[in-house]
Amino acid sequence: MSAGEELLVVEDLRKHFPVTRGIVFQKEIASVKAVDGVSFSLHEGETLGIVGESGCGKSTLVRCVLKLLEPTSGTILYQGRDITKLSRKEMRPLRRNMMMVFQDPYASLNARKRVGFIIGEALELHDIGTPAERKRRVQELLEVVGLNPEHYNRFPHEFSGGQRQRIGVARALAVNPKLIFCDEPVSALDVSVQAQILNLLKDLQREFGLTYVFIAHDLNVVRHISDRVMVMYLGKAVEVASRDELYVHPKHPYTGALLSAVPLPNPEAGRARKHVVLEGDVPNPINPPSACNFHPRCPRFHEGHCDVETPPLAPIADEHLVACHYPLERWPMNIGDRTPQAVESAT
Amino acid sequence: MSSQPLLEVRDLRTEFHTDDGIVGAVDGVSFTVQSGQVLGIVGESGSGKSVTCLTVMGLNDPKFARSTGEVLFRGEDLLKAPRSRLRDIRGNEIAMIFQDPMTSLNPVHKVGRQLQEAVLLHKDVTRKQARDRALELLKAVGIPRAERRIDDYPHQFSGGMRQRVMIAMALVNDPDLIIADEPTTALDVTTQAQILALIKRVQDDFGSAVIMITHDLGVVAETADDVIVMYAGRIAERAPVRAVFNEPRHPYTWGLMGSLPRLDVIVDRLYQIPGQPPSLLRPPSGCRFHPRCAYAMPVCREVEPQLEIAAGDPAHQQACHLDEQTKAREAANLVATLAGAPT
Repeated sequence: MSAGEELLVVEDLRKHFPVTRGIVFQKEIASVKAVDGVSFSLHEGETLGIVGESGCGKSTLVRCVLKLLEPTSGTILYQGRDITKLSRKEMRPLRRNMMMVFQDPYASLNARKRVGFIIGEALELHDIGTPAERKRRVQELLEVVGLNPEHYNRFPHEFSGGQRQRIGVARALAVNPKLIFCDEPVSALDVSVQAQILNLLKDLQREFGLTYVFIAHDLNVVRHISDRVMVMYLGKAVEVASRDELYVHPKHPYTGALLSAVPLPNPEAGRARKHVVLEGDVPNPINPPSACNFHPRCPRFHEGHCDVETPPLAPIADEHLVACHYPLERWPMNIGDRTPQAVESAT
Repeated sequence: MSSQPLLEVRDLRTEFHTDDGIVGAVDGVSFTVQSGQVLGIVGESGSGKSVTCLTVMGLNDPKFARSTGEVLFRGEDLLKAPRSRLRDIRGNEIAMIFQDPMTSLNPVHKVGRQLQEAVLLHKDVTRKQARDRALELLKAVGIPRAERRIDDYPHQFSGGMRQRVMIAMALVNDPDLIIADEPTTALDVTTQAQILALIKRVQDDFGSAVIMITHDLGVVAETADDVIVMYAGRIAERAPVRAVFNEPRHPYTWGLMGSLPRLDVIVDRLYQIPGQPPSLLRPPSGCRFHPRCAYAMPVCREVEPQLEIAAGDPAHQQACHLDEQTKAREAANLVATLAGAPT
């Protein structure tokens, strides 16, 4: 665990999108509670993984923290400074500290600009260096992410998916940010290329002391890269814990269901373990279930309690928060018995 | 093994004629599927796994695609079959579940009507009977309140529900073979678990054979009986599922297994296969994996390796020039590492 200072503190963040009816006189008839009271803090140098299924609000959360979307309520403190109410202009100097790597390496690079321009644009916007210095910096960045610096003048279409994602990473690194938000950076890539990007992100973190917020729906990837993990369901954080704690002793039934749903690349263990197959789909966030919004699908549902009283996100163990009235006592997955250990990579 | 396999593919080659040249998407692929068996085909994008199955179904555009070899379905060569015969077989004896349930259903027709159509095309029944059959299947795949939902449009269903409709559609005529092309890739994990359980159940109930195409080794490990690992249009390794995971014999399989972040083992750095999958316009000479292979020898550049028996098991075949001893050692190392034991 890193003992770095608190870089970012988010408190009770909410983002509600209005649902309106009418063309001339728009009337708000409901709201989609995309993010509904999420709090977390982030220490310098650590990686916070955010997992959840589509529609759980993980991308909206990050966009609100970056102020790409205006949050409905809540506070965001960056290095102790409240940035929630800052205007776009006031945000601009802060933006060089927080960059983002996007999911789709095909859509997130401007097809009509050269790679050198794409990577160097942030330098230009923040008025860093002379044109010659910027060019040198871009070439250096290309090398850092494992591309040939001579490819400075190429266009994005001349690169493969994995190489484009490297360009996306170089662009995020250009202005020496402290904090990088990665929104599903490897989900569009093949496994062998995915491993390359994950290793690259880890190497860069070590080299530049970066802090990551890493969003993914793939629990394997999140386990590999994160120090701490937050599990979201329907706009709320249901469990936050250190990686090993969360994966070995999950407490929230939803986390348990997620973990048991991941197919294991091991025919014996994978078929032997017990699956918790959740019924139904994620409910509509316009009209979420009452109280604990996981209760209609929860295997540990207690009538008259879970559907009446909202469980708070409360500590259950050291550094382990869970929002559940009836947390799991033990985790039945047979691989949970094994203590995780750092093993040297294969070959 | 029974006398005649349900599907036997022999030396299948499919090439596409494009403006840039000829793309050999499938290059000499052979395999068999027995009744009731689940065959998993794994590989990265462009490895030819989908094209193999589209060719089996006769769904490639004849304007650009040329296929040679044999696709014997119960002894009948589908590559030589006339279009009318293929139309009889498709959706009837062989059915396909596509990857993207959002685009594979027609948005302007009710799901019930789309299911009915599949029945009416192949069976001499009344509309009423077809509708009953459609309803029965919607119930079988676990759509709640099926009586009402049968008259809904696809957009009124969630992703997982649409995939269930796709599976229902594949099942309407009790097919003997279901080809599932990345059936869960577009879905969330919990929905994926539901769909995989459903495919397993229908396979047990209906006794169909399944070809499961996927890039997810986890899905293969939990569902397949036999596994084919494809790379750049060729088969790298073919074996029963346990053998692939416990005694892998091809460096590409090792790379795939090592590069996978996983729940049960923590490694600090993932093994990475260097480079990118090759372009099939100009595939590498000899073994197509040699430019990315850590074990490449001079012979790999020159001679294309043939599928040979591996690990003393006739069911286990691999195409690699490396000697059996080295492979046994490396595979044992890898498996031990992944099992969390010190090497």
